[in-house]
Amino acid sequence: MKYALFLGCTIPVRAQNYELAARKVAKKLGIEFVDVPEFSCCGFPVKSVSHEAYLLISARNLAIAEEKGLNIATLCNACTVTLVEANEELKKDPELRQKINEKLRKIGKEYRGTVEVRHFARILYEDYGIDKLKEHIVRPLEGLNIAVHYGCHFLRPSEVYQEFDDPENPKSLDELVNITGAKSIWYKERDKCCGGGILGIKEEDALKMTKDKLDNIKEVEADAMISICPFCSVMYEGSQKKIEKMFETEYNIPVIYYPQLLGLAMGFEPEELGYKMNRIKAKRMLEKVTGIGTA
Amino acid sequence: MEQVIKISELDKNFKYQILKEPGGEGLLKCFACGTCTASCPVREVDEKFNPRKIIRMAILGMKKEVLENEFIWLCAGCYICQERCPQDVRITDLMGALRNIAVKEGFIHPSFVAQIDFLHKFGRLYEVTEFDNKKRVKNGLPEIKHMPEEIQKIFEETGVAKFVEGEQ
Repeated sequence: MKYALFLGCTIPVRAQNYELAARKVAKKLGIEFVDVPEFSCCGFPVKSVSHEAYLLISARNLAIAEEKGLNIATLCNACTVTLVEANEELKKDPELRQKINEKLRKIGKEYRGTVEVRHFARILYEDYGIDKLKEHIVRPLEGLNIAVHYGCHFLRPSEVYQEFDDPENPKSLDELVNITGAKSIWYKERDKCCGGGILGIKEEDALKMTKDKLDNIKEVEADAMISICPFCSVMYEGSQKKIEKMFETEYNIPVIYYPQLLGLAMGFEPEELGYKMNRIKAKRMLEKVTGIGTA
Repeated sequence: MEQVIKISELDKNFKYQILKEPGGEGLLKCFACGTCTASCPVREVDEKFNPRKIIRMAILGMKKEVLENEFIWLCAGCYICQERCPQDVRITDLMGALRNIAVKEGFIHPSFVAQIDFLHKFGRLYEVTEFDNKKRVKNGLPEIKHMPEEIQKIFEETGVAKFVEGEQ
């Protein structure tokens, strides 16, 4: 299994722990990530300004992967939905494809529609497969209660994801957590958006949305929250202290990227998985895991 | 907003303009059931954002009131309304269409001007500084180089370049 690794904008500077853990885990599983320095932003922020510019930026990235003959693996939910939607729109509309290609030609690129884009978590769940993944669990994380956060764009719009999971009642990430030996626990309004999409528009609204979920997770006393999107983590982890101050409350909920959790169960040590870079320290959670050398 | 809607001030063509915009094609299918508003996580924290109302205003032709209002920028893009809409209005895409039209008519939210600026400079939303790259290398991750040239060309081709500071 070989993929072009699409990092996007946020991960290389704000979620190196996610990137590090994903690379470590993938390597051990025999999934090869190829780095592509020419990849740019996926095009997501431009969608609100110019649909055409968004399609061009996405199609350019897709065309680069096509030249290398590689499907794309993403780590960010927003990159995933942006590239997948552009790919679907261009694939099904030959006239639009022609128009976009006329402009792409000016930068020496051509979109042909020959590659697929998939989130790493979906690759693990569907392509690698839960059963095969289970064989790599050497340190079951028994006793850990985990609150999963899918993030909107991992599941929706479901039509562009071949409905690989139920957009209202998903189970893929729960299953991915449960095979590590940890337990995915239920909490209120699990499918709610993090608010990240309007952080730059109206921070107060965005943080209220983030707060609601942190409240619901606090209520069930989860050891950690699991995220598979760097921007969701910016909201739940990066903004957690700010929300605590604003609303005079306390959470102290670690927000862990899924490969960081899986990596622990596969026998990696916390420092190999970038736990030091997590802003809300997972010390208590790690202490619960038996067999960790230096927590 | 005034309580009385004056028919003489409505723009009858606004709905046709929206129908032609990518994402706006489903506008007239709306039968105002309100599933979107009831499902909306932004509406839950801010009454100003009410998708059903925005759609109604758009169909009526309240062009100025829609395009100049902050509310079109408040959609978080979560797609929950789009999943649940019984009429396949494709509301999330419709909000995008309204934003694209607003931009063409001269209303762009400052937050997007800032993002376009970064993309123009770096080809990405964040600058990868020397410090970031040092940290990356220390962590065993490859360095990231800025390659904004082709993004700049795309911005020029599509007219987005005019929003870049110093290019107006």
